Amino acid sequence: MILKTTTALGLAVGLMTGAAQAQTQIDWWHAMGGELGEILEGITTDFNASQSDYVVVPSYRGTYTETMTGAIAAFRAGEQPDIVQVFEVGTGTMMAAEGAIVPVYQLMEQTGTAFDPSVFLPAVVGYYADPEGNMLSMPFNSSTPILYYNKDVFAAAGLDPETPPTTWTEVEAFSRQIMESGAAECGFTTGWVSWAQLENLSAWHNQQIGTLQNGFGGLETELTFNGPVQVRHWENLARWQEEGVFRYGGPGGGDNAPPAFYAQECAMYMNSSASRAGVLNNSEFEVGFGMLPYYEDVDGAPQNSIIGGATLWVLSGGSDEEQAGVAAFFNYLSSAEVQAAWHQQTGYLPITQAAYELSQSQGYYDANPGAEVSIQQMTLNEPTDNSRGLRFGNYVQIRTVIDEEFQRLLAGELDAQGALDAVVERGNALIRDFEDANG
Amino acid sequence: MQTKRTIFGNQGLPYLLLAPQLIITGIFFLWPAAQAVYMSFLREDAFGLSSTFVGWRNYARLFENEEYLDSINVTIVFSISTVVLALGTSLLLALAVDRMIRTARGYTTLLVWPYAVAPAVAGILWWFIFNPTIGIMPYILENLFGYDWNHLLDPDDAMILVVIASAWKQISYNFLFFVAGLQSIPASLREAAAIDGAGPFKRFWSITLPLLSPTTFFLLVVNVVFTLFETFAVIDATTEGGPAQATNILVYKVFQDGYVGLNFGSSSAQSVILMGLVVILTFIQFRFVERRVTY
Repeated sequence: MILKTTTALGLAVGLMTGAAQAQTQIDWWHAMGGELGEILEGITTDFNASQSDYVVVPSYRGTYTETMTGAIAAFRAGEQPDIVQVFEVGTGTMMAAEGAIVPVYQLMEQTGTAFDPSVFLPAVVGYYADPEGNMLSMPFNSSTPILYYNKDVFAAAGLDPETPPTTWTEVEAFSRQIMESGAAECGFTTGWVSWAQLENLSAWHNQQIGTLQNGFGGLETELTFNGPVQVRHWENLARWQEEGVFRYGGPGGGDNAPPAFYAQECAMYMNSSASRAGVLNNSEFEVGFGMLPYYEDVDGAPQNSIIGGATLWVLSGGSDEEQAGVAAFFNYLSSAEVQAAWHQQTGYLPITQAAYELSQSQGYYDANPGAEVSIQQMTLNEPTDNSRGLRFGNYVQIRTVIDEEFQRLLAGELDAQGALDAVVERGNALIRDFEDANG
Repeated sequence: MQTKRTIFGNQGLPYLLLAPQLIITGIFFLWPAAQAVYMSFLREDAFGLSSTFVGWRNYARLFENEEYLDSINVTIVFSISTVVLALGTSLLLALAVDRMIRTARGYTTLLVWPYAVAPAVAGILWWFIFNPTIGIMPYILENLFGYDWNHLLDPDDAMILVVIASAWKQISYNFLFFVAGLQSIPASLREAAAIDGAGPFKRFWSITLPLLSPTTFFLLVVNVVFTLFETFAVIDATTEGGPAQATNILVYKVFQDGYVGLNFGSSSAQSVILMGLVVILTFIQFRFVERRVTY
């Protein structure tokens, strides 16, 4: 009896592995936790069910930084996944790693997969293409920071709940009215100080982030975002933090910012458009959406905001079957249906024109007011050299430097000019290191 | 000192018996250490696609780097505070337990518990307790003492937090050794001193403390090494070296620059320096401090 069961088991296992061997496994390391991770896994399940040659195995690897550094460490050990999701600030590092990556346009050529970069939104293509316009990585989840606000608090403070502030002057005035009326303790908070309150602030006001078209033009670029507009904004943020108008949510993504908004302590909140799902799930109040505020006396503002989020990079070393599988999966990923569903479920931007149009024809934007704000804001004007995006080596560390100097500013150790000068000086040193190691 | 000598019949047997330990030491300590030394002379891109020999440049750059020098200062402040706090508190607790007759065993067990908590878990606990938004301590400090605790922005608050969290972890260990040390001091010596008219304080200073010095010395070495290396998890879970590098101790910087920053040359140079520092510290401690220790 026991012998029989064992044989049967052995046979069953043998059959199962036999079935698995027929399919090529594609490993995909990603950084999407929580709700986003579930939606992502839904996409791979659907892809795996749609064909029988390949199995995409997604694997959650922690934060963006952890995913990227983990994949690099794995590459050094020869154990790299086929696909890794890398956030936009890691683009410079990945691009420079010729030999470690397979550019997407090349992958598509080699595997004979039809691939037309012009179907993607221009702002997305520009960010992830080389100077010749070739796509190096596969756009996946792109977002841009927008303004969320609490309509209930606005109404309680005697403000019009349908009118978000459009300028920083209004943000300050609204905040004071909210605080004085007792409707909330603080005016606004923000996630991603580096991304929302420095990089996007610069692009939104058409101010240069770095030389050589914000670093797109080459490795010998230098940071220049210590100009008067940025200094003025950081000065304001420090003063507002002192007065309680603004509440700092911490470095990096700003872990303490969302709870302050959800708990109705802060009436306004700036963060990625992809926070939409989280905001709607966690708030027990009416949420309003608006574009990022701007300084009305700055020429050229508002320009357009820049994207964040991540793309999928193909690491070299995979077999031909694996590469063909990756190409097939990418093809599936960029279809209008998948993209539109991903966009609508998560709040990430629809990265292809077709997905945007499909969402429109499905009536998504009419049913979900505010969901279109991110796209309108990102495509408000034709991007300039200052607002196409940014590309610097070692930018992961430069992000940390921005956080550190911002903390010094809030702690009163430095003034805004001093803090931004320090960011530029330390950032440039990191860029020189990168140039040195990759030049 | 007396030397023990065991005679093995078989020449190979001692080596065979030593082999497991030697292999583990080789694989997990010597090999990585050699790798670190090797890599500290290289300049490499993140993926390891190209590397150039750069001699001492990684080292030279470190000592021109303000953040690295700051990190040394931070480490000194952190280590001294943590060691003093951990040794002082555990000595007080040990003295208190030593005076107890009935409940000593129960207290000892309770006080040893924290040692069983993994550093990362301990770090998370402290993170919760002191979290400026949801923690209980900032709430108490604000309401009872009017102190606005915010270790996310205030460098001093952050330092206090990591010192407390690290010391707490080490108190149990120190406590056990102190209790054992205290119990090995003959009661007759203290009784004799008491008869001669020495007060409790005098007895502590001139009898207990000197007789406890071997234990104290041993713990000093262990604690310094602990603060230099094993506090990584606590820092990672609480402050991540912030705000603005105020708690970025040397070992955390090695991780930051190497693992997060992918600057392996500089990171390796830093770990080699750290390794040298520990060798020197241990040497000084055994060579000079030991002379003052009464055995």
